[in-house]
Amino acid sequence: MDPMIPTQYKIQRVKKETQDVFTVELIPTEGERKFSFGAGQFNMLYIFGTGEIPISISGNPNKTGVLIHTTRTVGMVTKAMSKLKAGDTIGVRGPYGSTWPVKEAIGNDIVIIAGGIGLAPLRTAIYEILRERESYGRIAILYGTRTPDDILFKRELEKLKSRLDLDVQVTVDRAARTWNGNVGVVTTLIPRVRFDPKNTTAMICGPEIMMKYSISELMKSGLSAEKIFLSMERNMKCGIGFCGHCQYGTEFICKDGPIFKYERIKHLFGKREI
Amino acid sequence: MESLEKILQQHPFIQGLAPEHVQLIVGCAKNAVFEAGKFLFQEDEEASEFYILRSGKVSLEIFTPEYGPVAIQTVGEGDILGWSWLIPPYVWRMDGRAIETTRAISLDGKCLRGKCEKDPKLGYELMKRLANVFEQRLNAMRLQLLDIYSIKVPDKK
Ligand SMILES: Cc1cc2nc3c(=O)[nH]c(=O)nc-3n(C[C@H](O)[C@H](O)[C@H](O)COP(=O)(O)OP(=O)(O)OC[C@H]3O[C@@H](n4cnc5c(N)ncnc54)[C@H](O)[C@@H]3O)c2cc1C
Ligand code: FES
Repeated sequence: MDPMIPTQYKIQRVKKETQDVFTVELIPTEGERKFSFGAGQFNMLYIFGTGEIPISISGNPNKTGVLIHTTRTVGMVTKAMSKLKAGDTIGVRGPYGSTWPVKEAIGNDIVIIAGGIGLAPLRTAIYEILRERESYGRIAILYGTRTPDDILFKRELEKLKSRLDLDVQVTVDRAARTWNGNVGVVTTLIPRVRFDPKNTTAMICGPEIMMKYSISELMKSGLSAEKIFLSMERNMKCGIGFCGHCQYGTEFICKDGPIFKYERIKHLFGKREI
Repeated sequence: MESLEKILQQHPFIQGLAPEHVQLIVGCAKNAVFEAGKFLFQEDEEASEFYILRSGKVSLEIFTPEYGPVAIQTVGEGDILGWSWLIPPYVWRMDGRAIETTRAISLDGKCLRGKCEKDPKLGYELMKRLANVFEQRLNAMRLQLLDIYSIKVPDKK
């Protein structure tokens, strides 16, 4: 089968998460309802008549009956996608790319750091890790976003926050007095979290500048570049390592990434010319 | 009950300070507790205290005529709060409101300034530690200013 030809999926449900973020649940228009993927992988979504974009899968890797994507409206294709309704169709190619190191991290403390829409790709890792909660040490989930109204997956986060075996902290950039949570960028939460730096895996997804400061904070706490994983973004065309569109130094984000060990890309990360 | 000296010694801001310096600071210290909703200080009031936070959460708020109080930062366990006690005219620039029951060691600013003047080694040590906090807060503020979660990424096509 030609890897560039998408499979048709039907939108089963659209959920408005925040003012500019929505989630779609997709099922194939024909054939088996089973879509296996690894936590952190993405699909190329083709919005007919507009274009194709990479979007991470945000659903539970163990519930393969529906395919779930959470998208923020930023430009032409995402805007067109935001207008779709239940019953409309989307073309899907994938799943592509590397996965969060949930297996390698067994036995470790876990620090998950998400900024804005970055929580969507990380949600898959959270599902995987919590499925085998007892295999990990301490688990911290740190999430930063603009305002309380921009908090993604609010109900789920509230549920996680009420668990005694997790340290879940949410912070916003700005808030009125009705908000009783943290205010400040997500990096300010890192020094407040307890973890054993020699035995911790960190997973980060968010704007690059946020990831940069998070890495610096984690390394200040003693974490090594070997134990920090981040999800990178670049514009994509083929999604499978053919076109070179997503090239990042010697790496292709679509094929070698999007999730990289920081050690592997630290010579590229934050460089202005790349 | 733990002595003030011991509590101070364990706080990240004080940790590693020479014992004689900790003792000097203890001379200016007292315990303080603020219930949720209570103000530690309000804008334009005289800034006579420096807080070493032990637990809880404090919201730093700026009052805007259009939107009312806007929270710009929260601080909690392991943080310090306030440097207006050090900088003339010694006046708070914002409101500090406990949003959870907050326990702190409150240091008398005038007393602390006096000790720092008399013992420049202590003064310099505290200034270095404060400068570290200034740097962290400034960096965090810069990121906040960038509005990082919603800025458009430059086109890297
Ligand atoms: C591997 C991978 C996984 C991704 N996963 C997700 C996901 O789960 N959810 C999601 O919402 N997005 C995700 N993205 C980003 C998404 O692909 C882009 O937002 C999308 O391609 C933008 O297409 P557009 O046509 O709407 O915007 P364009 O018309 O291409 O761009 C419009 C404007 O938005 C800016 N822009 C483009 N991309 C972004 C961005 N990512 N953030 C901020 N501004 C941007 C452009 O610079 C331009 O100014 C992912 C990207 C990659 C590479
Ligand atoms: S998108 Fe074509 S090589 Fe990566």
